[in-house]
Order: sequence, then structure tokens, then C-alpha cells
Amino acid sequence: MHLDRLRPALLPVVAVVVAMVIGALVVLAAGASPVAAATAIWVAAFSGTGAIAATLEKATPLVFAGLAVIVGVRAGLFNIGAQGQLLLGAITAAYAGYRLAGLPRAVHLPLCLAVGIVCGALPALLAGVLRATRGVHEVIVTIMLNTILVNLTDWLAGGPWMEQGQPVSRTPAIVGSARMDRVAGVPVGFLLAVAMAFGVWFVLDRTTFGFRLATVGANRNAAHYAGISVAGATVAAMTLSGALAGLGGAVESLGVVGRFEPGFNAGLGFDGITIALLARVSPRAVIPAAVLIGALRASSTQLQARARLAPEIVDVVLALALLLVAAPIILRWLLRLRPGSSPTEVHLTRGWGS
Amino acid sequence: MAGSLVAAFAAYGIWGFRATAVLGFAVRSSTPLALAAMCGILCERTGVIDIGIEGQMLLGAFAGFFGAAAFGVVAGVFAAVAVGALVGAFLALCAVTWRVDQIIAGAVINIAAAGFTSFLYRPGRVIGSLPAWRIPLLGDLPLLGPVLFRAQPLTYLTVVVVIGLQVTLVRTPWGRRTTAVGEHPGAADTVGIDVARYRYGNVVAGGALAGLAGALLSVEITGSFDRGMTAGRGFLALAIVIMGRWKPVAAWAAALFFGVLTGLVNQLNFGQVIDIPPQFVAMLPYATTIVVLAIFGTRVRPPAAAGRPYP
Repeated sequence: MHLDRLRPALLPVVAVVVAMVIGALVVLAAGASPVAAATAIWVAAFSGTGAIAATLEKATPLVFAGLAVIVGVRAGLFNIGAQGQLLLGAITAAYAGYRLAGLPRAVHLPLCLAVGIVCGALPALLAGVLRATRGVHEVIVTIMLNTILVNLTDWLAGGPWMEQGQPVSRTPAIVGSARMDRVAGVPVGFLLAVAMAFGVWFVLDRTTFGFRLATVGANRNAAHYAGISVAGATVAAMTLSGALAGLGGAVESLGVVGRFEPGFNAGLGFDGITIALLARVSPRAVIPAAVLIGALRASSTQLQARARLAPEIVDVVLALALLLVAAPIILRWLLRLRPGSSPTEVHLTRGWGS
Repeated sequence: MAGSLVAAFAAYGIWGFRATAVLGFAVRSSTPLALAAMCGILCERTGVIDIGIEGQMLLGAFAGFFGAAAFGVVAGVFAAVAVGALVGAFLALCAVTWRVDQIIAGAVINIAAAGFTSFLYRPGRVIGSLPAWRIPLLGDLPLLGPVLFRAQPLTYLTVVVVIGLQVTLVRTPWGRRTTAVGEHPGAADTVGIDVARYRYGNVVAGGALAGLAGALLSVEITGSFDRGMTAGRGFLALAIVIMGRWKPVAAWAAALFFGVLTGLVNQLNFGQVIDIPPQFVAMLPYATTIVVLAIFGTRVRPPAAAGRPYP
């Protein structure tokens, strides 16, 4: 591979490595052993087929969440509400999964996924429409919707859709015909996620629709004068983004948790932001980024047991990696690289205005 | 203003202690929101978007609580302010010097703050909260006394900050230069205003206020710290900034409006007049924000240069 093409791909790798080194120093400062922590992560995430499958299961919703953020960013929109959309997709898919018992598998499973997609897309559609028609910034609306949807799903899982006869607020378990299993040790949901990553890559990088989104994202005025509907692209990008997040939630419910339980999906949408940036807004790169973060997340109990570390150390490392990717200048300074030898920064927004 | 006073006293005449409870709740719950919104106003009026307020508050609450546990409540408050200012300096470094995307920088602050405070949190410490100051005479007034004049010190400080910021933003050279930097940094630069210095100064000061808002939560109101205790208040503050159209007193009014709304629904729930699940009560301010923005969205105009690095 040519050197100029290698460097942009290298940056996130270097960023993650540097973040882990700093994380190891934090672990040391907290009085724990970085070696034990690294061992815990390795054992929990990659030792044996069971651990690898668990890591891929953790990575699956993260792929969707990362893709959701990327679709928005391509059109110059920041869907910070992937979290809420994912939750709504997760609970509605779980509801369809236990409520519509009796359907044949070939109908039930796709139907549940479709329910998750549609319900994830709806709040994002609202944000897109408000942005396109009223000029309300999507960051504000999706942040508001996050809280609303967390409360809504909390209420549903502890009220009308709660499993009877037990104290925990959660929905009943989905029936077998809606369950996504593993094929040869690989979760089906992960295969779907990989397929979706390539699908999103194709749509964004190889179709007219993707080109329109990118043009709107690069320069709204230029897009408008070129005859592209900025409002249409905004609404479409947000809806597609929400649909991906909703699908991620549905896959999480149907393939991993087996029901909806508040708290199980916490933080997935925010990890999506980290993943999108680690992947440098490239759909196919989302897969390794999500597997990496999935591995870190999968190791939380082992981190506590083996290294006596609060699992939040993972968040600390991720925040550092995110910062290093967003501000390559820090890496340049840390690694004493010559100015201009690293790729340009990622940019999401150009202010609150429309 | 006068109308709402009349309405408050009419409610007091009919419901007595319940009106006091609603307004008391409104003041208590709106104070941290108002302070956090002042952070947002300071940053955005000077051209920097700070979506890291949530994280700054959380770190402020953390530093405030553990500072108070180690060295007393006053030291806790100062620790919160210092940590908030430090994170503000980091945001300014990202936004002004490194020209990082400001939304990303804010997201980094939020993720890192949630991670660090949870990672370092050790349960089991207790602190005394700040004592209430009863203002002589005014504290004995019906309704207004218990609501406004028997508050804790940081609540009074918030009132001073809000009014002070309103006056200085409009009336002083500093305020006008801040506005110029936020609206048209190129023009401000041409007339000799140091854009970077103004942005650094205001974002650091804003961070200090966000830290103070965090101390309000942990040291003044609850006297405890919990993981993620800010619970989205920093994000709500962003909405309040917009609803207050980037003006301090108007933003304070928006925060109070949310407080009254939530307090009213809570009281009606306690009194079993209505039965709304607590999750819906929690949604109320957020849903209202979306509706208000949907109606008035096209009419609010943010500072023109907010979010854009200069030069």
C-alpha cells in the first residue's frame, strides 16, 4: 500500500495504542497492575470461541450505532441521539418478539427487525424534519429525545410491557421464532452487522444518493445551487441514521439479551460516536473499531475480578482515543512527528446555524 | 413579572403550603440549571460551543463532594470551581489552539468525565451541606420568605452571577467585545480585540460556573455524590440557553419555568389530584423544549460564529 494511503488508516491505530499506554499509567496510578488488566481483557475478550463470540455479540450493536452516526456525519448532521433510537428499536423489537408468538420464524424474525428499524427511525425523522423545516439544531433535539426515550422505555418495561410475577422491570423473554442464534459460533447479528457496514459503504460511497448526502454535508449552499434538496437530504440522512440505530437495538434484543431490560443497552449510542470517529467516518472501518470497543466492554467483569479495577477505566481509555483521533496535533506532539505529516482533523459541524 | 407575582400569591391564598412547595422546588431545581446555562451563554456568546457542560458539572460535583469531605464545604466549592475552570481551559485549548471540532471536544469531556468520576468514585463518605442563610425581615415574608430568602449561599450567588452577567454583557466594554468575538471574530480582530484571549477567558470562566453548578448539586442540595448524578442537567442547560436566546436573565426565567412545571406536576402527583408516572414527569422539560423550539425555532438566532474556529 502506498504510504499516503496508509497514514489516515494508521492514525486511529496509533491513537488507540497511545490511549492504552496512558490508560496503563492511570491503572498504575490507581494502584493496580496494568499487566493484570491487559490479561483480563485478553482472557475475557479473545481466549476461546465462547469469548470471541461474546466479544462479537458486544460489538454487534456498536457496529450499527457507529454506522448510524456516520450516515449523519456524511450529511453534516450529528445524530447524538443514536442512544435513544437504539433503545426504542430494542424495546419495540422485544415487544414484537414476545407478543407475536405463533408466527412462523421466516415471518416473525424479519417482522421484529422491521419493527425495530421503523421505531428507531421515527424519533430521528422528527429531528430531521425539525432541522429541515424549522432550523432547530439536531444536536439539541436528539439530546432531548434521548432523555425522553430513556424514560419512555423505562416506563414501558416497568409498566404496560412488564413481565408479570417478578420484581425486575423488564419485558417477557422473546419466543424462539424471533431469536437470532449463532451459526458456527458466530452470532447471526454480527454477520448482519458486517453486511450492513458494506451496504452503508456502498450507498454512501458508490451511489448518487450518497453523493448528494456528502455534497450537502460538505457545503449546504453549494448543494442547494447544484439543485440538491438540502431539506430532503437532511431528513433522509437522519431517518436512515435512526433506522440503523433502531436495527442495532433490535439485534441486541433478539440476539443477545433475549428481551428488553433497561440498563442492558446503556451507553451503546455514545460508543457509536467514539466508533464513528475512530473509523474516521468510513463505514467499513466501523467493523474493527466496534470489535475493539466490544472487546473492551466484554472484559468489564474480568477487569473487576482479576485486576480489581472499576470497569469505567474502559471509558477513560476510549475518551483518550477519541481525543487523539479528533486532535491529531496532540499525537504529533507526543510522538514528535514533523508538522503536516499526519492527516487532517475530522469535522462534524459548522456551528448551531443551519 | 408583576403578573406572575400576583398569580403566585393567588395560588398561595388557595393552596397555602403547596404553592410554597412548588415554588421552593422551582428555585432549588432551577439554580444548577441556571448556573450551567450561564456557562453555555458565556461560551457561545464568545463563539465556542460547549456541549461538555454535563461533564464539567459532573466533575465539579465530584471535586466539590470529595473536596468537602477532605477539607470542609468551602474548600469543596472552591475545588469544584477550579476543576470546572480547568476543564474549560482544556475545551478552549481544543477549540481555539488546536481547532478541534468543538462538538467532538465536548463529547470527549462528557465521556471522560463520566469515566473518571465513576472510576475514582469510592462510596461511604459523608459531608455536611452548606447552611441556609435566612435574610432578616425578608425571610419572614409569606410565600417569598421561604422560597427566596431562606436559601443556601450558592443560590444567592447564582442570582448575583445571573444579574451580573446580564449587566456586564450588555453594558461593559468586555461584554460588547465578547459579543463582537462571537458574532464576527474577523471584525473584532481588525479593531484590535484579541479573539483567542477573549475565547480562552470566557470559556475558562464558563467552566468555573459549570463546576460551581456541580458543587450546587453535590455540596449544597444533596450533600452526596452519585455516579452520573448530573442526570442530563448539563444538556438541559444547552436547551435553556437557546430558549433564553443567549441572554442570562431570560435563560434563568426558562430554567425557573421548567422548575415550576416539574414542581407543579410533582405536587399534583403527591396530592393524588393526578397520577402521572414519574418517568413522564421527568420527560416534561425535554418534551417542552422540543415543542418550544419547533414553534419558535426559526426565530432564534445563535451567535454567528459559534462553533467556528478563528482564524
